[in-house]
Amino acid sequence: MLSRYWKLALLILLLAWSAYELYPSVQYYTMSEASMKAMAPEKLQALKDKSMKLGLDLQGGMHLVLEVDRSKLSEADAKDAIDRAEQILRSRIDQFGVSEPLIQKQGEDRIVVELPGLLDEGRAKNLIGQTGLLEFKIVKTDDEAKQAFERADQWLVANGKATVPATASRTDSSLAQHPLSGRLATAAQAQAFVEAADVEAVRALLAALPDSVLPPGTQFAESAKEQTLSGSGRSGRFLYVLNRTAEMTGAAISTARMAPNLDPERPGAPGVSISMTGRGTAQFARVTRENVQRFMAIVLDNRVYTAPVIREPIPSGNASITGSFSDQEATDLAIVLKAGALPAPVRVIEERTVGPTLGRDSIHAGLMASLLGALLVILFMVIYYRGSGLIAIFTLFLNILFLLAGLTQIHSTLTLPGIAGVALTIGMSVDANVLIFERLREEMKAGRSVRTAIDLGFKRAWRTIIDAHVTTLITAVVLMLVGTGTVKGFGVTLTIGLLANIYTAVFVCRMVFDWIGSKRDLETLSI
Amino acid sequence: MLELIKPTNYDFMGKRFIAYGLTTLIALVGLVAIIAHHGPRYSIDFTGGTLIEVRFTPAVPANDLRQQLDKIGYGDSEIQEVGTGGDIMIRARASEGGKALQWEPIQAALSKAFPNTKIERLNEELVGPKIGGELKGKALWAIFWSLGLILIYVGIRYDFRFAVGGVIALFHDLFIVFGLCVLFNKEFSLTVLAAFLTLAGYSVNDTVVVFDRIREVMSKGYRREDLASIMNTSINQTLSRTIITSLTVFLSVLALYLVGGQVLHDFAFAMLIGVISGTYSSIFVASAFVLDWTRLTGKKSTPAPAAPAKKAAKSA
Repeated sequence: MLSRYWKLALLILLLAWSAYELYPSVQYYTMSEASMKAMAPEKLQALKDKSMKLGLDLQGGMHLVLEVDRSKLSEADAKDAIDRAEQILRSRIDQFGVSEPLIQKQGEDRIVVELPGLLDEGRAKNLIGQTGLLEFKIVKTDDEAKQAFERADQWLVANGKATVPATASRTDSSLAQHPLSGRLATAAQAQAFVEAADVEAVRALLAALPDSVLPPGTQFAESAKEQTLSGSGRSGRFLYVLNRTAEMTGAAISTARMAPNLDPERPGAPGVSISMTGRGTAQFARVTRENVQRFMAIVLDNRVYTAPVIREPIPSGNASITGSFSDQEATDLAIVLKAGALPAPVRVIEERTVGPTLGRDSIHAGLMASLLGALLVILFMVIYYRGSGLIAIFTLFLNILFLLAGLTQIHSTLTLPGIAGVALTIGMSVDANVLIFERLREEMKAGRSVRTAIDLGFKRAWRTIIDAHVTTLITAVVLMLVGTGTVKGFGVTLTIGLLANIYTAVFVCRMVFDWIGSKRDLETLSI
Repeated sequence: MLELIKPTNYDFMGKRFIAYGLTTLIALVGLVAIIAHHGPRYSIDFTGGTLIEVRFTPAVPANDLRQQLDKIGYGDSEIQEVGTGGDIMIRARASEGGKALQWEPIQAALSKAFPNTKIERLNEELVGPKIGGELKGKALWAIFWSLGLILIYVGIRYDFRFAVGGVIALFHDLFIVFGLCVLFNKEFSLTVLAAFLTLAGYSVNDTVVVFDRIREVMSKGYRREDLASIMNTSINQTLSRTIITSLTVFLSVLALYLVGGQVLHDFAFAMLIGVISGTYSSIFVASAFVLDWTRLTGKKSTPAPAAPAKKAAKSA
């Protein structure tokens, strides 16, 4: 039996601990904008780290689960793949500039990415999802291209793939013979143009074409963006006929950055300036020397960004990629090139994005509900149990205090269901008080003195309180262990809340009653 | 002392057939709802698919929205008005074969169609089929473990017929909540599942309080004919605490339902029904079942039952 002073000491210790845990959160979340700006960034960050973390559903942000498609990799590569992918993604995201991103491997082939406070998630998904394989490929000569188109046309006609709806500017017969080249707006050359209306059809035809049909070492590739054919004003895409094998890849790049004014024909337009590694520079010098007057296509993830002519050998290892980029696109491309290509394609298999408005709404709703719930419960307890009701409220307050401190201590993330868990804890924690008080009333009605009633009441209620908590604890713990994301937060909150409740509603409550009972010989109890 | 529930002497056991009737009625309503709706409306957590929640200021009629979405190929998606102020939830469930929603084209089309409206994306979710399957699996595990552990606990704590009575009360509550949720077309998400499991724990919790008292009284020995009146007495004696403990939880859940926002709305609804049902089942269903079972299996007058005396004496 702990003496009264030890019990009091324990309580005070717990109170001190709670205050210590919660103070940073109170400070951080009640700071005004001005004081936030005034504080040194490292201090602010340290303060935030010690505060309670808010889930994405409360602060807004994006949660992604990516799956790395390792099917085409060799055994050895596959094992590495996820680590390398994680590194590369981390590098990309770091450059993107989100504060406190979370990038984590999950299992054998998944990566979880969380970007709190993210506003532009289309851009982020793009940045993260693209493989980023850069290749330098020589564009075929026009003669070679003509051959490729002829073969393609022959095969398509022979295999009955020519029947695709015609557009108004062509006759059926010309398309029947030349399904592919007939759809070009220019001649069948190495850099041909396809009008916007025909793009889908051409894509379908190309997709049907097996690789073996084309002359060896040849491939088709589309331009990455919509472009305008100079002189005619028509928009559509360029179709290129390229060498299948890349002369160089993005591995040769050491750094890349967005820079304006790289294209003399487009002053002020943003582009990407790249510098190569030592070996890359030598390679590049050789390739450019061997292919002067040819065109070199810069291909990213199988789409051609640009195909400038090689006027002279380039020994410097510097090159630029120009095109109709926006500032942002150029910046993002530079980020991807700098970080490197992912070893395998990644696919988004789960995404949850919460905008800041909904996040704020949720915090507000959650707080309101908890306060309203607390208010209703407090009113009831005080009216129904009077003085003892006040004691119950005091223990309820301690319960929630310890709950919040506990959550902060284990660095749990507070989510909206977590706040629901707090509201629920408020309702459930007074249950223990009610069980004790009802028993006390019963004992006193049976004629026992106040002291005896208190003794017996607590002793007899103890068993039922434990029983009552066990079943609810079972489900809370299961939800905590099996639950994911926001539901897990609910389980954690409920579990800690219930455990704290056993202490506050029984032990602390008993302490208070004992203290009251010892003050004077009570005739009655305000209950 | 203020007493809401003065010492009472209701004949709960005598009225139990009315209770059976009422329960059956509500259960039937639930069953009809389930059949009519072809089962519950699962969230994309389980079916896989995409979801976008949009806020229109000022609000846009759902039909106009549907027209616009249809034009860009999303005519199959589910459109639901949520909350109070012009928030709309657009869902494309993978299991129904809808085209996956993408914000860019939708935003472009909607901005053109409703030029003077502020269009804000509140929330977007995508659950791929693999993840959907995994979440379903996790949900099943959670259900299995929770109910399993609860059953084991009740089995240890009480002798057979009480354990069964408690379990019947539990499934009764879960079914009623399930049926009413389907009736009111609530969506079954992971959060709602959490509500169900919490209710499972809480329902047994409630029932246990009553059973403890019954056992305490029975430990003093009784005759079979008196079982009904013993149960009545026990329930009447514990009525105060049963109702009040439920009331406090009800108050906090009510707060969640009224002002807790639309994300928690379905969760709060399930909890609200569940708390009411839980109290009801603790009072009327659990003990009634034990009573009828005892009568049907024809036990004569019994001495003190298996539970050790000192355990019974300590219960509240």
